[in-house]
Amino acid sequence: MQSSFDLQYIIQLMPILFKYLGVTMEMALWGFLFALILSLSLALIRVFKITILHHFAALFISFFRGTPLLVQLFLLYYGLPQFMPIFIGMDAFTASIIGLSLHFSAYMAESIRAAILGIDKSQMEASLSIGMTRLQAMKRIILPQAARVATPSLMNYFIDMIKSTSLAFTLGVAEIMAKAQMEASSSFKFFESFLAVALVYWGVVLIFTRLQHVLENRLNKAY
Amino acid sequence: MIKVTNLSKNFDDLSVLKEISFEVNKGEIIVIIGPSGTGKSTLLRCLNYLETPTSGQIEIGDITVDAKKYSHKQITKLRQHSSFVFQNYSLFANKTAIDNVAESLITVWNVARKEALASAKKVLIKVGLEDKLDFYPSQLSGGQQQRVGIARAMATHGEVILFDEPTSALDPEWVEEVLAVMKQLAIEKQTMIVVTHEMQFAKEVADRVIFMEGGYIVEQGTPKQIFENPQNARTQEFVKRALKR
Repeated sequence: MQSSFDLQYIIQLMPILFKYLGVTMEMALWGFLFALILSLSLALIRVFKITILHHFAALFISFFRGTPLLVQLFLLYYGLPQFMPIFIGMDAFTASIIGLSLHFSAYMAESIRAAILGIDKSQMEASLSIGMTRLQAMKRIILPQAARVATPSLMNYFIDMIKSTSLAFTLGVAEIMAKAQMEASSSFKFFESFLAVALVYWGVVLIFTRLQHVLENRLNKAY
Repeated sequence: MIKVTNLSKNFDDLSVLKEISFEVNKGEIIVIIGPSGTGKSTLLRCLNYLETPTSGQIEIGDITVDAKKYSHKQITKLRQHSSFVFQNYSLFANKTAIDNVAESLITVWNVARKEALASAKKVLIKVGLEDKLDFYPSQLSGGQQQRVGIARAMATHGEVILFDEPTSALDPEWVEEVLAVMKQLAIEKQTMIVVTHEMQFAKEVADRVIFMEGGYIVEQGTPKQIFENPQNARTQEFVKRALKR
Protein backbone atom coordinates (compact mmCIF):
# COMPACT_ATOMS: atom_id res chain seq x y z
CA MET A 1 0.00 0.00 0.00
CA GLN A 2 1.52 3.28 -1.11
CA SER A 3 -0.06 6.66 -0.46
CA SER A 4 1.01 10.10 -1.63
CA PHE A 5 2.66 12.57 0.71
CA ASP A 6 0.07 14.89 2.27
CA LEU A 7 1.64 18.28 3.05
CA GLN A 8 -1.75 19.79 3.75
CA TYR A 9 -2.23 17.30 6.59
CA ILE A 10 1.06 18.33 8.21
CA ILE A 11 0.08 21.98 8.09
CA GLN A 12 -3.28 21.19 9.70
CA LEU A 13 -1.64 19.09 12.37
CA MET A 14 0.83 21.77 13.48
CA PRO A 15 -1.57 23.96 15.52
CA ILE A 16 -2.98 20.82 17.20
CA LEU A 17 0.52 19.74 18.22
CA PHE A 18 1.43 23.24 19.42
CA LYS A 19 -1.38 23.01 21.98
CA TYR A 20 0.46 20.13 23.60
CA LEU A 21 3.89 21.72 23.37
CA GLY A 22 3.15 23.42 26.70
CA VAL A 23 3.12 20.07 28.51
CA THR A 24 6.40 19.09 26.87
CA MET A 25 8.11 22.34 27.82
CA GLU A 26 6.71 22.25 31.32
CA MET A 27 8.23 18.82 31.87
CA ALA A 28 11.55 19.94 30.40
CA LEU A 29 11.77 23.13 32.45
CA TRP A 30 10.77 21.57 35.78
CA GLY A 31 12.93 18.56 35.06
CA PHE A 32 15.91 20.77 34.28
CA LEU A 33 15.42 22.94 37.35
CA PHE A 34 15.35 19.92 39.68
CA ALA A 35 18.20 18.29 37.80
CA LEU A 36 20.28 21.45 38.24
CA ILE A 37 19.72 21.55 42.01
CA LEU A 38 20.35 17.84 42.41
CA SER A 39 23.40 17.75 40.15
CA LEU A 40 25.03 20.70 41.91
CA SER A 41 24.53 18.95 45.26
CA LEU A 42 25.93 15.70 43.89
CA ALA A 43 28.92 17.48 42.36
CA LEU A 44 29.72 19.31 45.62
CA ILE A 45 29.37 16.11 47.65
CA ARG A 46 31.88 14.46 45.34
CA VAL A 47 34.27 17.41 45.17
CA PHE A 48 34.38 17.83 48.95
CA LYS A 49 34.38 14.03 49.39
CA ILE A 50 31.79 14.28 52.16
CA THR A 51 31.93 11.08 54.21
CA ILE A 52 29.54 8.26 53.25
CA LEU A 53 27.46 10.64 51.14
CA HIS A 54 30.07 10.68 48.40
CA HIS A 55 29.88 6.89 48.06
CA PHE A 56 26.14 7.22 47.76
CA ALA A 57 26.54 9.97 45.14
CA ALA A 58 28.93 7.82 43.12
CA LEU A 59 26.48 4.89 43.22
CA PHE A 60 23.58 7.15 42.24
CA ILE A 61 25.49 8.58 39.29
CA SER A 62 26.65 5.14 38.20
CA PHE A 63 23.10 3.73 38.26
CA PHE A 64 21.39 6.58 36.46
CA ARG A 65 24.07 6.77 33.80
CA GLY A 66 24.26 3.02 33.48
CA THR A 67 20.60 2.26 32.76
CA PRO A 68 18.26 3.53 30.02
CA LEU A 69 15.95 6.42 30.77
CA LEU A 70 12.96 4.37 29.57
CA VAL A 71 13.75 1.62 32.08
CA GLN A 72 14.10 4.20 34.84
CA LEU A 73 10.73 5.73 33.98
CA PHE A 74 9.04 2.32 34.02
CA LEU A 75 10.70 1.41 37.32
CA LEU A 76 9.56 4.66 38.85
CA TYR A 77 5.99 4.73 37.53
CA TYR A 78 4.97 1.09 37.17
CA GLY A 79 7.40 -0.59 39.58
CA LEU A 80 7.84 1.51 42.70
CA PRO A 81 4.14 1.82 43.72
CA GLN A 82 4.06 -1.96 44.22
CA PHE A 83 6.58 -1.64 47.02
CA MET A 84 6.12 1.88 48.26
CA PRO A 85 2.47 2.83 48.63
CA ILE A 86 3.24 6.58 48.74
CA PHE A 87 3.97 6.39 45.01
CA ILE A 88 0.53 4.96 44.16
CA GLY A 89 -1.10 8.36 43.82
CA MET A 90 1.72 9.78 41.69
CA ASP A 91 0.51 10.89 38.26
CA ALA A 92 2.42 10.18 35.07
CA PHE A 93 3.36 13.84 34.57
CA THR A 94 5.03 14.05 37.99
CA ALA A 95 6.71 10.69 37.52
CA SER A 96 8.15 11.84 34.22
CA ILE A 97 9.59 15.00 35.73
CA ILE A 98 11.13 13.00 38.60
CA GLY A 99 12.54 10.41 36.20
CA LEU A 100 13.98 13.00 33.84
CA SER A 101 15.57 15.01 36.63
CA LEU A 102 17.14 11.95 38.29
CA HIS A 103 18.49 10.71 34.97
CA PHE A 104 19.90 14.01 33.76
CA SER A 105 21.23 15.07 37.16
CA ALA A 106 23.64 12.12 37.00
CA TYR A 107 25.14 13.39 33.74
CA MET A 108 25.03 17.03 34.76
CA ALA A 109 26.72 16.29 38.09
CA GLU A 110 29.71 14.92 36.23
CA SER A 111 29.97 17.94 34.01
CA ILE A 112 29.67 20.35 36.93
CA ARG A 113 32.26 18.35 38.86
CA ALA A 114 34.63 18.43 35.89
CA ALA A 115 34.14 22.19 35.57
CA ILE A 116 34.92 22.71 39.27
CA LEU A 117 38.01 20.52 39.11
CA GLY A 118 39.10 22.40 35.99
CA ILE A 119 39.40 25.69 37.85
CA ASP A 120 43.06 26.27 38.73
CA LYS A 121 43.78 25.27 42.32
CA SER A 122 45.50 28.60 42.88
CA GLN A 123 42.02 30.13 43.03
CA MET A 124 41.17 28.00 46.08
CA GLU A 125 44.56 28.66 47.69
CA ALA A 126 44.19 32.41 47.23
CA SER A 127 40.74 32.27 48.82
CA LEU A 128 42.01 30.28 51.79
CA SER A 129 45.02 32.57 52.17
CA ILE A 130 42.81 35.59 52.89
CA GLY A 131 40.94 33.63 55.56
CA MET A 132 37.92 32.36 53.64
CA THR A 133 36.47 28.93 54.41
CA ARG A 134 36.35 26.32 51.66
CA LEU A 135 32.60 26.78 51.37
CA GLN A 136 32.91 30.56 50.97
CA ALA A 137 35.61 30.06 48.36
CA MET A 138 33.39 27.62 46.50
CA LYS A 139 30.42 29.95 46.53
CA ARG A 140 32.14 33.22 45.65
CA ILE A 141 35.18 32.27 43.61
CA ILE A 142 35.13 28.72 42.26
CA LEU A 143 31.46 28.17 41.31
CA PRO A 144 31.04 31.44 39.40
CA GLN A 145 34.06 30.49 37.30
CA ALA A 146 32.95 26.87 36.94
CA ALA A 147 29.47 28.01 35.85
CA ARG A 148 30.99 29.65 32.81
CA VAL A 149 32.85 26.47 31.91
CA ALA A 150 29.84 24.22 32.49
CA THR A 151 27.20 26.31 30.72
CA PRO A 152 27.66 24.95 27.18
CA SER A 153 27.39 21.32 28.28
CA LEU A 154 24.48 22.03 30.66
CA MET A 155 22.64 23.72 27.81
CA ASN A 156 23.25 20.63 25.71
CA TYR A 157 21.69 18.50 28.42
CA PHE A 158 18.70 20.81 28.53
CA ILE A 159 18.20 20.41 24.79
CA ASP A 160 18.59 16.67 25.16
CA MET A 161 16.02 16.74 27.95
CA ILE A 162 13.43 18.52 25.77
CA LYS A 163 13.71 15.65 23.30
CA SER A 164 13.69 13.00 26.02
CA THR A 165 10.33 14.23 27.33
CA SER A 166 8.87 12.31 24.37
CA LEU A 167 9.39 9.14 26.42
CA ALA A 168 6.77 10.39 28.87
CA PHE A 169 4.21 9.29 26.34
CA THR A 170 4.97 5.69 27.31
CA LEU A 171 3.67 6.51 30.80
CA GLY A 172 0.53 8.02 29.30
CA VAL A 173 1.35 11.74 29.55
CA ALA A 174 -0.57 13.69 26.93
CA GLU A 175 2.32 15.63 25.40
CA ILE A 176 3.12 16.27 21.73
CA MET A 177 4.49 12.82 20.98
CA ALA A 178 1.38 11.18 22.43
CA LYS A 179 -0.80 13.52 20.42
CA ALA A 180 1.10 12.75 17.21
CA GLN A 181 0.74 9.03 17.86
CA MET A 182 -3.00 9.44 18.42
CA GLU A 183 -3.48 11.46 15.24
CA ALA A 184 -1.40 8.97 13.28
CA SER A 185 -3.44 5.99 14.34
CA SER A 186 -6.74 7.65 13.54
CA SER A 187 -5.70 9.07 10.14
CA PHE A 188 -3.22 6.33 9.21
CA LYS A 189 -0.91 9.08 8.01
CA PHE A 190 2.03 7.83 10.08
CA PHE A 191 4.77 9.44 8.05
CA GLU A 192 3.16 12.89 8.04
CA SER A 193 2.25 12.76 11.74
CA PHE A 194 5.68 11.78 12.96
CA LEU A 195 7.36 14.15 10.51
CA ALA A 196 5.20 16.93 11.92
CA VAL A 197 6.19 16.17 15.51
CA ALA A 198 9.84 15.86 14.47
CA LEU A 199 9.65 19.33 12.91
CA VAL A 200 8.18 20.78 16.11
CA TYR A 201 11.00 19.31 18.23
CA TRP A 202 13.57 20.51 15.71
CA GLY A 203 12.15 24.02 15.74
CA VAL A 204 12.18 24.20 19.53
CA VAL A 205 15.74 22.88 19.68
CA LEU A 206 16.86 25.47 17.11
CA ILE A 207 15.43 28.25 19.25
CA PHE A 208 17.24 27.01 22.35
CA THR A 209 20.48 26.47 20.45
CA ARG A 210 20.31 30.10 19.39
CA LEU A 211 19.71 31.06 23.01
CA GLN A 212 22.68 28.96 24.05
CA HIS A 213 24.99 30.92 21.73
CA VAL A 214 23.70 34.24 23.03
CA LEU A 215 24.24 33.08 26.62
CA GLU A 216 27.75 31.80 25.92
CA ASN A 217 28.75 35.02 24.21
CA ARG A 218 27.52 37.03 27.14
CA LEU A 219 29.35 34.83 29.65
CA ASN A 220 32.57 35.02 27.65
CA LYS A 221 32.44 38.78 27.53
CA ALA A 222 32.29 39.10 31.31
CA TYR A 223 36.02 38.72 32.00
CA MET B 1 54.85 37.91 67.52
CA ILE B 2 55.49 34.96 65.23
CA LYS B 3 57.05 31.87 66.68
CA VAL B 4 57.80 28.74 64.71
CA THR B 5 58.87 25.72 66.75
CA ASN B 6 60.34 22.48 65.38
CA LEU B 7 58.45 22.70 62.12
CA SER B 8 58.91 19.65 59.89
CA LYS B 9 57.36 18.70 56.58
CA ASN B 10 57.68 15.40 54.77
CA PHE B 11 56.38 14.61 51.31
CA ASP B 12 56.09 10.83 51.51
CA ASP B 13 59.69 9.78 52.17
CA LEU B 14 61.20 13.11 51.31
CA SER B 15 61.89 15.36 54.25
CA VAL B 16 61.66 18.97 53.02
CA LEU B 17 61.72 20.88 56.32
CA LYS B 18 63.69 19.57 59.27
CA GLU B 19 62.76 20.88 62.71
CA ILE B 20 62.80 24.54 61.73
CA SER B 21 62.52 27.07 64.56
CA PHE B 22 62.65 30.85 64.40
CA GLU B 23 60.90 33.95 65.69
CA VAL B 24 59.83 37.16 64.04
CA ASN B 25 59.15 40.39 65.90
CA LYS B 26 56.48 42.91 65.04
CA GLY B 27 57.61 45.23 62.25
CA GLU B 28 60.52 43.04 61.30
CA ILE B 29 61.32 42.35 57.65
CA ILE B 30 62.68 38.86 57.13
CA VAL B 31 64.12 37.75 53.81
CA ILE B 32 64.64 34.04 53.24
CA ILE B 33 67.28 33.15 50.65
CA GLY B 34 68.81 29.89 49.52
CA PRO B 35 69.18 27.57 46.53
CA SER B 36 66.06 26.35 44.70
CA GLY B 37 64.36 23.30 46.17
CA THR B 38 65.55 23.79 49.71
CA GLY B 39 62.15 24.24 51.29
CA LYS B 40 61.85 28.04 51.35
CA SER B 41 58.47 28.12 49.63
CA THR B 42 57.29 25.07 51.53
CA LEU B 43 58.15 26.82 54.80
CA LEU B 44 56.15 29.88 53.77
CA ARG B 45 53.20 27.75 52.62
CA CYS B 46 53.28 25.84 55.91
CA LEU B 47 53.06 29.11 57.82
CA ASN B 48 49.70 29.64 56.14
CA TYR B 49 48.73 25.96 56.22
CA LEU B 50 48.40 25.91 52.44
CA GLU B 51 50.73 22.99 53.05
CA THR B 52 50.04 20.99 56.20
CA PRO B 53 53.22 20.53 58.24
CA THR B 54 54.05 17.03 59.47
CA SER B 55 54.90 18.27 62.95
CA GLY B 56 55.70 21.41 64.90
CA GLN B 57 53.94 24.52 66.13
CA ILE B 58 53.17 27.85 64.52
CA GLU B 59 52.20 30.83 66.62
CA ILE B 60 50.98 34.05 65.04
CA GLY B 61 49.59 36.71 67.35
CA ASP B 62 47.23 35.03 69.82
CA ILE B 63 46.75 31.79 67.91
CA THR B 64 48.92 28.69 68.12
CA VAL B 65 48.46 25.72 65.82
CA ASP B 66 50.06 22.34 66.45
CA ALA B 67 50.43 20.14 63.36
CA LYS B 68 49.66 17.03 65.40
CA LYS B 69 46.32 18.25 66.67
CA TYR B 70 44.54 21.11 64.99
CA SER B 71 41.00 22.03 63.98
CA HIS B 72 39.78 23.64 60.78
CA LYS B 73 38.63 26.57 62.85
CA GLN B 74 42.16 27.15 64.16
CA ILE B 75 43.57 27.10 60.65
CA THR B 76 41.04 29.59 59.35
CA LYS B 77 41.91 31.78 62.34
CA LEU B 78 45.64 31.41 61.65
CA ARG B 79 45.12 32.42 58.03
CA GLN B 80 43.18 35.46 59.12
CA HIS B 81 46.25 36.60 61.02
CA SER B 82 48.42 36.54 57.93
CA SER B 83 48.14 37.02 54.21
CA PHE B 84 49.95 35.63 51.24
CA VAL B 85 51.38 37.00 48.00
CA PHE B 86 51.76 34.30 45.37
CA GLN B 87 54.47 33.87 42.77
CA ASN B 88 51.86 33.59 40.00
CA TYR B 89 49.64 36.35 41.53
CA SER B 90 46.60 34.02 41.83
CA LEU B 91 44.12 36.85 41.57
CA PHE B 92 40.44 35.92 41.53
CA ALA B 93 39.84 35.69 37.78
CA ASN B 94 36.13 36.48 38.05
CA LYS B 95 36.62 39.67 40.03
CA THR B 96 37.87 43.14 39.16
CA ALA B 97 40.95 44.60 40.84
CA ILE B 98 38.90 46.45 43.44
CA ASP B 99 36.71 43.39 44.14
CA ASN B 100 39.82 41.23 44.53
CA VAL B 101 41.04 43.56 47.25
CA ALA B 102 37.64 44.02 48.91
CA GLU B 103 36.79 40.30 48.94
CA SER B 104 38.35 39.43 52.31
CA LEU B 105 36.77 42.45 53.97
CA ILE B 106 33.31 41.51 52.72
CA THR B 107 33.45 37.74 53.14
CA VAL B 108 35.75 37.25 56.11
CA TRP B 109 35.41 40.44 58.12
CA ASN B 110 31.75 41.23 57.33
CA VAL B 111 32.46 44.80 56.33
CA ALA B 112 29.58 46.42 54.43
CA ARG B 113 30.22 46.35 50.70
CA LYS B 114 30.35 50.11 50.30
CA GLU B 115 32.91 50.57 53.05
CA ALA B 116 34.92 47.59 51.84
CA LEU B 117 35.13 49.10 48.36
CA ALA B 118 36.22 52.42 49.83
CA SER B 119 39.06 50.79 51.78
CA ALA B 120 40.00 48.64 48.79
CA LYS B 121 40.23 51.77 46.67
CA LYS B 122 42.55 53.40 49.20
CA VAL B 123 44.88 50.42 49.14
CA LEU B 124 44.90 50.28 45.35
CA ILE B 125 45.74 53.99 45.19
CA LYS B 126 48.64 53.25 47.50
CA VAL B 127 50.06 50.68 45.10
CA GLY B 128 49.56 53.08 42.20
CA LEU B 129 46.61 51.45 40.51
CA GLU B 130 43.90 54.08 40.94
CA ASP B 131 43.21 53.96 37.18
CA LYS B 132 42.76 50.17 37.10
CA LEU B 133 40.08 49.66 39.76
CA ASP B 134 37.52 48.06 37.46
CA PHE B 135 39.92 46.01 35.36
CA TYR B 136 39.81 42.22 35.44
CA PRO B 137 43.12 40.40 36.08
CA SER B 138 43.25 39.28 32.44
CA GLN B 139 43.35 42.93 31.40
CA LEU B 140 46.37 43.79 33.58
CA SER B 141 50.11 43.35 33.05
CA GLY B 142 52.07 40.98 35.27
CA GLY B 143 53.43 43.82 37.37
CA GLN B 144 49.98 45.34 37.81
CA GLN B 145 48.51 41.97 38.73
CA GLN B 146 51.15 41.42 41.37
CA ARG B 147 50.54 44.88 42.80
CA VAL B 148 46.84 43.96 43.08
CA GLY B 149 48.02 40.75 44.77
CA ILE B 150 49.97 42.79 47.31
CA ALA B 151 47.02 45.16 47.77
CA ARG B 152 44.77 42.17 48.44
CA ALA B 153 47.21 40.95 51.08
CA MET B 154 47.45 44.43 52.63
CA ALA B 155 43.69 44.87 52.84
CA THR B 156 43.21 41.93 55.20
CA HIS B 157 45.14 43.78 57.92
CA GLY B 158 46.82 40.54 58.87
CA GLU B 159 49.76 40.84 61.21
CA VAL B 160 52.22 39.53 58.67
CA ILE B 161 52.40 39.35 54.89
CA LEU B 162 54.08 36.28 53.42
CA PHE B 163 55.69 36.82 50.00
CA ASP B 164 56.44 33.70 47.97
CA GLU B 165 58.93 34.77 45.27
CA PRO B 166 56.72 37.68 44.27
CA THR B 167 58.88 38.78 41.34
CA SER B 168 60.02 35.43 39.94
CA ALA B 169 57.23 35.10 37.39
CA LEU B 170 57.54 38.70 36.21
CA ASP B 171 59.14 40.03 33.04
CA PRO B 172 62.21 42.04 34.07
CA GLU B 173 60.52 45.31 33.17
CA TRP B 174 57.85 44.81 35.84
CA VAL B 175 60.12 43.73 38.71
CA GLU B 176 61.03 47.23 39.89
CA GLU B 177 57.46 48.48 40.33
CA VAL B 178 56.63 45.48 42.51
CA LEU B 179 59.78 45.83 44.61
CA ALA B 180 59.02 49.53 45.03
CA VAL B 181 55.65 48.69 46.60
CA MET B 182 57.34 46.20 48.92
CA LYS B 183 59.96 48.75 49.93
CA GLN B 184 57.22 51.21 50.76
CA LEU B 185 55.62 48.57 53.01
CA ALA B 186 58.98 48.02 54.68
CA ILE B 187 59.28 51.71 55.43
CA GLU B 188 55.86 51.55 57.08
CA LYS B 189 57.14 48.71 59.29
CA GLN B 190 54.73 46.13 57.94
CA THR B 191 55.90 42.75 59.22
CA MET B 192 56.93 40.66 56.23
CA ILE B 193 58.52 37.35 55.46
CA VAL B 194 59.83 37.35 51.92
CA VAL B 195 61.20 34.41 49.97
CA THR B 196 63.12 35.85 47.04
CA HIS B 197 66.10 35.60 44.73
CA GLU B 198 66.40 39.40 44.62
CA MET B 199 69.64 39.79 46.59
CA GLN B 200 69.71 43.54 46.15
CA PHE B 201 66.29 43.77 47.80
CA ALA B 202 67.45 41.54 50.66
CA LYS B 203 70.51 43.73 51.20
CA GLU B 204 68.61 46.99 51.15
CA VAL B 205 65.39 46.16 52.93
CA ALA B 206 65.80 43.14 55.23
CA ASP B 207 66.21 43.51 58.97
CA ARG B 208 67.27 39.90 59.04
CA VAL B 209 68.29 37.46 56.35
CA ILE B 210 67.73 33.74 56.78
CA PHE B 211 69.80 31.40 54.64
CA MET B 212 68.17 28.00 54.11
CA GLU B 213 69.56 24.89 52.54
CA GLY B 214 68.46 21.25 52.54
CA GLY B 215 65.50 21.89 54.81
CA TYR B 216 67.55 23.61 57.54
CA ILE B 217 68.15 27.19 58.54
CA VAL B 218 71.91 27.26 57.99
CA GLU B 219 72.57 30.78 59.11
CA GLN B 220 70.76 33.99 59.90
CA GLY B 221 71.75 37.54 60.64
CA THR B 222 71.66 41.11 59.43
CA PRO B 223 72.18 41.62 55.69
CA LYS B 224 75.65 42.94 56.51
CA GLN B 225 76.58 39.75 58.39
CA ILE B 226 75.14 37.40 55.79
CA PHE B 227 76.37 39.15 52.66
CA GLU B 228 79.70 40.55 53.86
CA ASN B 229 80.83 38.19 56.56
CA PRO B 230 79.02 34.84 56.37
CA GLN B 231 80.25 32.29 58.90
CA ASN B 232 79.09 29.04 57.37
CA ALA B 233 80.90 27.64 54.33
CA ARG B 234 77.60 26.88 52.55
CA THR B 235 76.44 30.44 53.05
CA GLN B 236 79.73 31.81 51.83
CA GLU B 237 79.51 29.80 48.65
CA PHE B 238 75.86 30.71 47.97
CA VAL B 239 76.35 34.41 48.67
CA LYS B 240 79.46 34.57 46.49
CA ARG B 241 77.59 33.07 43.57
CA ALA B 242 74.37 35.00 44.16
CA LEU B 243 76.05 38.39 44.30
CA LYS B 244 78.02 37.73 41.14
CA ARG B 245 74.78 37.62 39.13
